[in-house]
Amino acid sequence: MTPVLFIAQRVSAMVLALAVAVHLATILYAIRGGLTAGEILARTHHNIGFFLFYAIFVVAVATHAPIGLRNIMREWTLWRGPVLDVVLAVFAVALLVLGMRAVIAVYVA
Amino acid sequence: MRTSETEMLAVEVWRGAATGTFQSFTVPRRQNQTVLDVVTEIQRDQDATLSYRFACRVGMCGSCAMVVNGRPRWTCRTRVSEAATPEGALRLEPLRNFTVVKDLAVDMVQFFDKWRDAHGHFEPAAQRPADFAVVPPATPARQAADAAIECIGCGVCYSACDVVAWDKDYLGPAALNRAWTLVNDVRDAGQDARLAAVAGDGGCQCCHTHMSCTSFCPKAIAPTYSIAGLKRALFWHMLKGGAR
Repeated sequence: MTPVLFIAQRVSAMVLALAVAVHLATILYAIRGGLTAGEILARTHHNIGFFLFYAIFVVAVATHAPIGLRNIMREWTLWRGPVLDVVLAVFAVALLVLGMRAVIAVYVA
Repeated sequence: MRTSETEMLAVEVWRGAATGTFQSFTVPRRQNQTVLDVVTEIQRDQDATLSYRFACRVGMCGSCAMVVNGRPRWTCRTRVSEAATPEGALRLEPLRNFTVVKDLAVDMVQFFDKWRDAHGHFEPAAQRPADFAVVPPATPARQAADAAIECIGCGVCYSACDVVAWDKDYLGPAALNRAWTLVNDVRDAGQDARLAAVAGDGGCQCCHTHMSCTSFCPKAIAPTYSIAGLKRALFWHMLKGGAR
C-alpha cells in the first residue's frame, strides 16, 4: 500500500466511523413511531444537510472499500498488479456513481 | 532440578525440508539446559545427520532461532524449563516463513535481501563531512534509533509475522525496524530513497499491528513501533512532496 492509499483509507475510516454512527442512530430514532417512504422523502426533499451528509458518506465508502478490498486480495489471493488496481478503480467509480445517484434521487424526489 | 520435572525429555524434531516428518528422540533432562543444548545433544549422541545452525551460544549472533512448541525462539537463551510442556515434551521445527534447507536450518537469503531492499544500510554523504557528527544521546532521533538498534537478525519476528506469511512482497519487521534506525540517523544521506523503498506495496503500510514481532522478539525490541514510526515519517515526507 502506498502512503496516499494508506492515508486515504485512514481518513475515510474516520469519516465512516462518525457517518455510520449518525446514520444508524438516525434510523433508530426516526422509525420509533413507524415511518413511511412518503414521510422519509418529505424530510429529505431538498434538504441540503441530508444531501451533504450522505454525499460525504458515499465518497468515504467509495474511497475506503476498494482500498480495503485491494489489501485483502493482495494478502489472501495471488491476484495483484495493474489489472487488480484497474478493477478496483472501476469498483470505486461504481460505488461513487451508484451511491451519488441514490443520494441525488432522494434529494430531488 | 525441581521434583516436578521429568527426568527425560520427549523431543520431536522436524526432519526434511518443505516436506518431511517429525522424528522422536529421548534426551536426558539436565539442570539449566537450553533448547540448543538439547539439539546439540541429539546431533552429537543420537543422530549426526541432524542439521541445525548455531554459532555464539550466548544470544549475540542470531543464528539458532527455531520454532519451539509452536513459538519462534532463540534456542541458545531459551531454557528447557520455560519452553517444554509440563510432561517434558519439546517439538522443534524450522522457522516459519523461511525456505527450509534441511531439518532445522533455514535459508536466510530472502530475509536479508529484504533488509537490502528496505535500504537497511548506512548511506554516507557524497562529500566527507569536515568533522565527526555530533549526535547527542538524549535527542529524540537518537533515542528512537537506540530503542531499535540491538537487532541480531535472528529471524524470530519474520517467523512470527502473519503478514509475511500472507504477502510474499512484505519487507517484514526486521528490515523495516532496521530502516527505522537509519531514518533516525542524522548522518545518513539516503533518506529519500529509503522512505521510497519502505513506502511501496510491500512496505510499512502493510503492517496490521498484530504485534507478533514485538511479542516474540528475544531482544525485547518493538518492531511494531518502528514500523509505526516509518508510517508517520512517510506521512510527513509525503506532505513535503516525497514518496506517494
